[in-house]
Order: sequence, then C-alpha cells, then structure tokens
Amino acid sequence: MSRIEKGRSYIGESVVRPQTARLLAGRGVFTDDVVLPRMLHVAFVRSPHAHARMLSIDSTEARTLPGVVAVVTGEEMAPVCSGWVGTLAHFQGMKSAMQRPLAVGKASWQGEPVAAVVAESRAIAEDGVSRVRVEWEPLPAVTDPETALDPSTPVIHPELGDNLAFKLELKSGDADAAFKSADAVLTETFTMGRHTGVTLEARAILADFDPSERRLTVYHSFQSPNMMQDILARHLGLPEQDVRVICKDVGGSFGIKVHIYPDEMATCTLSVMLGRPVKFTADRLESFVSDIHAREHRVKAELAVKRDGTILGMRVDDLSGIGPYSVYPRTSAVEGNQTIRLTPGVYRFRDYSARLSVVFQNKTPMCQYRAVGHPIAFAVMEAMVDRAARELNLDPVEVRRKNYVTAEMYPHTSQTGYFFERLSHEEALDKLLEISDYRALCAERDARRAHRVYRGLGLCAFIELTTPGPAFYGVGGARISSQDGCTIKLEPSGKLTCMTGVTEQGQGTDTMIAQVVASAVGVAMEDVRVLTGDTMVSPYGGGTWASRGAGIGGEAALQTGKAIRANILKVAAAILQCEPEDLDIRLGKIVDALTGEVRLDLAELGRVAYFRPDTLPKDFQSELTVTRHYVPRHQGFAFTNGIQLSHVEVDVETGFVRLLKHWCVEDCGRIINPRLVDEQIRGAIVQGIGAALYEHLVYDEQGQLLTGTMMDYLVPMAAEMPEIVVGHVETPTAYAEGGFKGAGEAGTAGAPGAVLNAVNDALAPFGARVTSQPITPEVVLKALGAL
Amino acid sequence: MDLAIQISLTVNGVAVSRRVEPRQSLVDFLRYGLELTGSHVGCEHGVCGACTVRVDGAIARGCLMLAVQCDGCRVETIEGVAGTGEVFDLQQAFAQENALQCGFCTPGMLLTAQDLLARKPAASAQEIREALSGNYCRCTGYHAIVEAVRKTAEARGRA
Ligand code: FES
Ligand code: FES
Repeated sequence: MSRIEKGRSYIGESVVRPQTARLLAGRGVFTDDVVLPRMLHVAFVRSPHAHARMLSIDSTEARTLPGVVAVVTGEEMAPVCSGWVGTLAHFQGMKSAMQRPLAVGKASWQGEPVAAVVAESRAIAEDGVSRVRVEWEPLPAVTDPETALDPSTPVIHPELGDNLAFKLELKSGDADAAFKSADAVLTETFTMGRHTGVTLEARAILADFDPSERRLTVYHSFQSPNMMQDILARHLGLPEQDVRVICKDVGGSFGIKVHIYPDEMATCTLSVMLGRPVKFTADRLESFVSDIHAREHRVKAELAVKRDGTILGMRVDDLSGIGPYSVYPRTSAVEGNQTIRLTPGVYRFRDYSARLSVVFQNKTPMCQYRAVGHPIAFAVMEAMVDRAARELNLDPVEVRRKNYVTAEMYPHTSQTGYFFERLSHEEALDKLLEISDYRALCAERDARRAHRVYRGLGLCAFIELTTPGPAFYGVGGARISSQDGCTIKLEPSGKLTCMTGVTEQGQGTDTMIAQVVASAVGVAMEDVRVLTGDTMVSPYGGGTWASRGAGIGGEAALQTGKAIRANILKVAAAILQCEPEDLDIRLGKIVDALTGEVRLDLAELGRVAYFRPDTLPKDFQSELTVTRHYVPRHQGFAFTNGIQLSHVEVDVETGFVRLLKHWCVEDCGRIINPRLVDEQIRGAIVQGIGAALYEHLVYDEQGQLLTGTMMDYLVPMAAEMPEIVVGHVETPTAYAEGGFKGAGEAGTAGAPGAVLNAVNDALAPFGARVTSQPITPEVVLKALGAL
Repeated sequence: MDLAIQISLTVNGVAVSRRVEPRQSLVDFLRYGLELTGSHVGCEHGVCGACTVRVDGAIARGCLMLAVQCDGCRVETIEGVAGTGEVFDLQQAFAQENALQCGFCTPGMLLTAQDLLARKPAASAQEIREALSGNYCRCTGYHAIVEAVRKTAEARGRA
C-alpha cells in the first residue's frame, strides 16, 4: 500500500481507457466477428409451446436442403454431452431436473431448443429449421407462481414430486413479539415483473473442435471463461487442459452471460460431433425467449413500527417463479435467497422473519441478473419505510436516520448473518441531501401541488454484496473460482505484460488493472499491456460477476505488482552491486531510493537479465515473470452501501411518469478510477429505471411470451433518461491492502426503489400508491382509480 | 436455384461488385460479404441502431435495407468514416467522457451523432437525447454519450 499512498500513483485518477480506441474505430472483435476456415452455422428448432410432448421429429426435408450439413436431435446429442442439474449443496432440499443441450421427449418452455440445423450459413440453417417437422402434444402450462404448488396444478417434472425448487425460512429475534408491541403495523404486497438483460450484443459462441488432437477452442461472449472451460471439459468428457475458452470483446453481459445455456452447449457438442467450427449467434427474437429472465417476485411484507418511526420488526414472504429448470451451475435460488437476506440489512432492528418459496413454471428459466436480489429487497424495504413515514406523518429522511445501523455499531452482523466491516449510511445520506438540495426540492414539490403539478421524491438506501469469497458458490459444489490470479511479465524492453483472471465486458477492467499494476511497480500506465479472457494464458480465475473485478482482481494485481517490483529491484541490485533496499522504481527507471538519481533504465535491466545474464553473479537467477493469487479470506463479502434519490413528475391524466433527475451517493471503498465508477453507477441506474418503469416480459396464460421483440419490450432510450448525479463516500476495506470493494451493481440495487418511492410521493395527495413494477401508465391510472 | 443478383456500389470509397442474394440485408452483406464487422447487429428489426451506416450521405439502418437496394449507392461504414478522420474529434470526446463501455453501440452512436451535428451544429442536450433516442445503449445510461456529443458540438462551434 505504501507506494499507492506515497503519490506517483494512478489510484484515484480518472485515466482514459486506452482500449476504447479500437472500439471507436469499428475494430472491436466480438464473437460473431470471428471467422474460421470451414466454419458452419447453427440455428435451432425451438418449442412453440410452453409445455408439450414431442411425439416425433421429421428432418427429412431439412436434410435435403442444399447447404444443410446436419440436423441433430436431443437423443442424438445426449451420448456426446452429459446432462446437468442446477442445484447447490448448501441450499438444503433444493431440487431441479436434468437439463440437456437439446430437450429430449418434451419441451418445458416456449423457446426451448429441441433440434439443431447446421448449415453453411445462418440463413440456410434457418431455412432448414423451417423444414423440420415436429409433432407436438401440448400439455397444460404452469405459469402462475401463486398456484404452482396447488395439488390441482400439473407437476412439470413428475420425477421431482412437486413444483417446488427450494424453500427457506429465516428467523432473527422474535418478530411476532415485535408485532405485538407495535403502534402500527403496515402490510403490503408487491408484484415485480419479469425482465431481462437485453445485452446489445446477443449471446454468441463459436466452437472449434480439432479431432486430430481432440482439442476444443471456444470463442465465447461470456463473463467467466474458466467456468465455461470446466463445464465443457466435464460434460464433453475432454481433459480440462484441452479445452480453451477465449472471450474477446463482449458486448455487454450484466449477468446474462455467466450461465450455461442449452443452445451454447449444443453448439460445442455439434463441433465435437462434426469436427468443424460451428458458430451460434442468437438473434433478438431468440434472445428474449432464451436469455435468462430475472426477478419475477411476489413479496408480502409487514412492518411493525413505533409512533416515533422506530422499526421494531418485519416479516417477509417472497414467492419467486424461475421457469422449468434451476439454471446451471449458479442455480435460480440465489436471487430469492439474497432478496430475503438483504431486505432488512440497512437497518438495526433485530426481529425479522422471512420465507422464500422458489417454484417451477413453464416460462423461460430465470437466474441471476445484475444486482441479484438487491433491487427487489430494497424496493420492498424502502417502500415500507416511506409508507411508515407517510402514515405516521414523519419525515422519510429522519425515519431512515433513526433506524440505520450507525457508525459506532461496526463491525456489525445483520439480522440474516451478513457481516459488515464498516458502512457509511449516515455520511452517504448527508451527502445526498447536500448534493441534491433535497429540502429545496421538497419545498418546490409542495408549492407545485397547489398548481396541480404532481412531483415526487423517492429515497432508496441500499447495501451491495461485492467481492464474494468461496461461501457464495464453492461451498455448494459449484466449480466457480472465487480466487483470481494475476501474472506480470517484464518484457526485455522494460515494459510489462499483465494477464488477469478477471474479465472485460466494458467496465474498464483492463484499465483498472493497468492502473493498479503501474502504481505498484512504478511505471507509466502506457507501459502496461493487460490481457484478459483466455484460459490458455490467463491465470485461473472467476471472471467478472458480483462486483468482484476490483475487489479481487484489483488486489491480485496489486500483490503481483509488488512482487515483480521486488524481483526487478533484486536484478537491479545485482547489476549495480548494491542492496535492493537502496533502490526504487519511479516512472519506469531504477533510481536511488534516497536521492532519486536515475541509476538504470528498465530496458537496460531487461537486456541484461534476458540476453547477458552471464554478466551477473553466478548464483543469481532473475525471476521476471511473477504470479500471485488473491481470495478474500477474512470476510464472506465486502459489503458496500449507498443511497439514491429519484425526482419524478406524474401526469395524473395519462399516468405517465417523467424522470426529472436522479442522484446516487455510494461507497465502494477506495476508488481506482472515479470516472469509470461513475459510469458504472449511471449505467446501472438506468438498468434499474428500465425495470421500474418500462421493461416487462408479459406472458399469456398458455405461457406464450407476448413481448418478444424490441417493439413490445421497452428498454430505456436516451430521450427519457434523466441527468444522473453521482457522489461518493470512501470507506476502504481494511481486509485487503488496496482497500477496493465493488461498484458494478449498486446503481441497479437502488434505482427501482427510488423510482417507486418517488412515484408514490407524487401520488400521495390522492391517497393512491403503486406496489408493482414496471410502473406503467396503466398501473398509475389504476392506482388513481381512473381505470 | 441461384437467385443472386449482381450489384455494384462503392463502400468506403472503394468500388465493389458482388453477387448477393436478394434477401440479404445490407448489414449482413457488409459484415459477412465484405468483412466490415464494425457495423453491428443488435435487433434486426430497426429498433436499436447498432447497424447504422450511411447510404448516399444519409444515415440508414443496415438491417432494414437490403443489399440489392444499394446497387449504385455510396455506402459508408464506421471503418470508412473513422479512417478518413471525419469523426476524429467525436471519437476523442467519447474516449474522454467514457461514453462507451462495451462499445457495441458505439459505431452506430458515432454515425448518428455525426449526422445530428451536421444538421444541427448547436444541438442542445435535449436535442442530442432526442436524436440519439433510436440508438440503444445498455451499458452507459446515455449521460456520458450526451456529454461527449455536446462537448464536440461546442468545440466545433468554436473552431
Ligand atoms: S440491428 Fe438494425 S436497428 Fe437494430
Ligand atoms: S456501450 Fe455497451 S451498448 Fe453502449
């Protein structure tokens, strides 16, 4: 740490990302841009029914189409690629059914792949798909989570006995006693709609199996290359070292590209079967029915409060529908698990009880998406806090302040067992009030009401789970690395090449790592080249998810940087015949530690070490490639915190919500690159706003997706989005030398709650409130009794 | 049965003659026929703007045009526009503001922004937002993109 604190450091600088030049020139290389000799394309026959038996598949006509190379069914693929079950051992009693690359026997959601057509071009493969005849026997579809467990509801996977994937009860203190002693009890039911990631680059994979060496090389738009390598090796029966996964440019991921998808596994299996490269790029229509969906929840919440606003206790009952399979290997229970564990975490009350039921249904599988569980947890909690304030006629700011876990309470363990080293709720709140001029906005809101202009302000405090250790997946048996490695090599020219296990999907991972390495070693950032996303060359790691890039990858880079610095100084001391302690590295030169006088150029050091080691002492061996690893050992997660404020205007005639402005103050520990953090926060907030106001995967009762195009499924576009102001509090973690925590999901965690509260604030004069999302004009008008 | 049709056009200033299937979209022709992979495909139904290119000087959605419609036209892609230096200042501003994260929307954003600035050199932030509202970006939240375009407009106004 000393070097970072001594100045001459890039930590805390808004360095411009050098990697953007390529993307700005149209020279990015996304997976679909990669072309290999003899490459084939695959398109999938997908189930048109939510639930149906396949009586027969006739591919005769497709096979005779010129350009079609193969038509493959689930039965034919099953011997080559073994199936999988998406459960984790530490989720007791969790169950799911065996899933395969292509469905065998029956399809369980509309869009499930059931056969593959491989052809010389994607267009011909699609022609082939339209010529495959499947004879279907439709089965009743299970769509409503509310009735999924009723005895009269068909069981989707009869071998499981019922439609329950997982259930969990949590108890802290005595919630029932707290409710008995309360002055007021508030009850609310929240309905949160399904949405999805809509990465602009759809999922894409190109698998290239070489039968002569039995090696598989896979180009993949993905977040976690080592995880994919492990899974492909195990399910295709290949030695791990013969599977190489390369993630080049990735056009957005947000948790969509970290799961195992049947169509992607099928593409790799086809390459093994055919011995040729096979590419699959999802089109937008299949993205909507095959990318994981997120956040279908029904949450019943009850809050017990005293007249002065003190929260005494809370009860929560979360019901979540996850589609027909728990998604492999992370499972679809993590979302609900996190929701009920996170909900009370901002506040100090102890009496909390929660229930979670995760049920199967015939819709697209649901799994972790940016800010897993958080947006639901804090929308519920913060809506309840605002409602308490409104009904008790108290200031929402003061109710929060009264109930926060406060500065002197750290370290603190939450009601549900989360450990908080140190959070900064009060400072964040103070800063938010200041930068937003909150009181003036309140006064303006009140003044406008007289003129029938209905504006609202909504606060949403949150915590964010970042930098997860092995307790997240590893203990449950999922082979997902929580540690990451970093390798740095001094090139003979004196420049550094750095390889890291964390990956880049636009966050600026490369830049952040280069900043840390350059600072730790003492060289200019331009002299550090960072490489990510290639399992053959990068040290083993988990990739990028759960805001782990800076907290884990950054710390690994710092430790590696320090280690190679020490080794460089040993070489320098051998050349200069002095002690390493007498020397330092500054701006890429070996200098006298005391006087700063330049003693040796790194290029000269590299020349001697690599080409003239004969001039060094006989017993001296230079080590100019260094690898270090890091895993958080001292706490399960590095929690961060923050608070958001949304300012909206509701048109009570049309029900339309206009976003006026949005603020966020967050605390992600020591900040490596302020601009990159701000832009993570802004992008994430807009994703949260999308969920709050626009994005909705609507199904009919037969399990048919009604919003399967970008015409029907609304995403946030530039014109509707507000200006977003970001502020920071910096509370570094003391458990890692760098002090870094994560920042990628905080925006999404708090935005929906802030918008929901702002809309309800605007509707308060009418005694109306909304409790579902997305908050469409229809939802608003219904709340107002106008529909 | 070969339905291919012969077309001749210029792409980024270079004369190109190819036989293309009548059903092939312009963006697929550019990406797969000419290996100009800077134009991206995000939706193939005209909503996201990732496929934006210029046809005879006007921006167009490469997924909503067929390659055969461009017979005799002048087509420009991000590779060409970046290559001539025409959008150099805009690219610099995007880098400076971190107006791109994954970069998938970026070629379309740059071409759309350049078109706006040609038509309305003094565009306001709200006008920029409206002009870009046919270009989807999932990563940035748009704030930085709007800033980058606004600052480029200002700088061009001063020049
Ligand atoms: S790909 Fe053309 S507008 Fe989306
Ligand atoms: S930067 Fe990723 S979509 Fe815009």
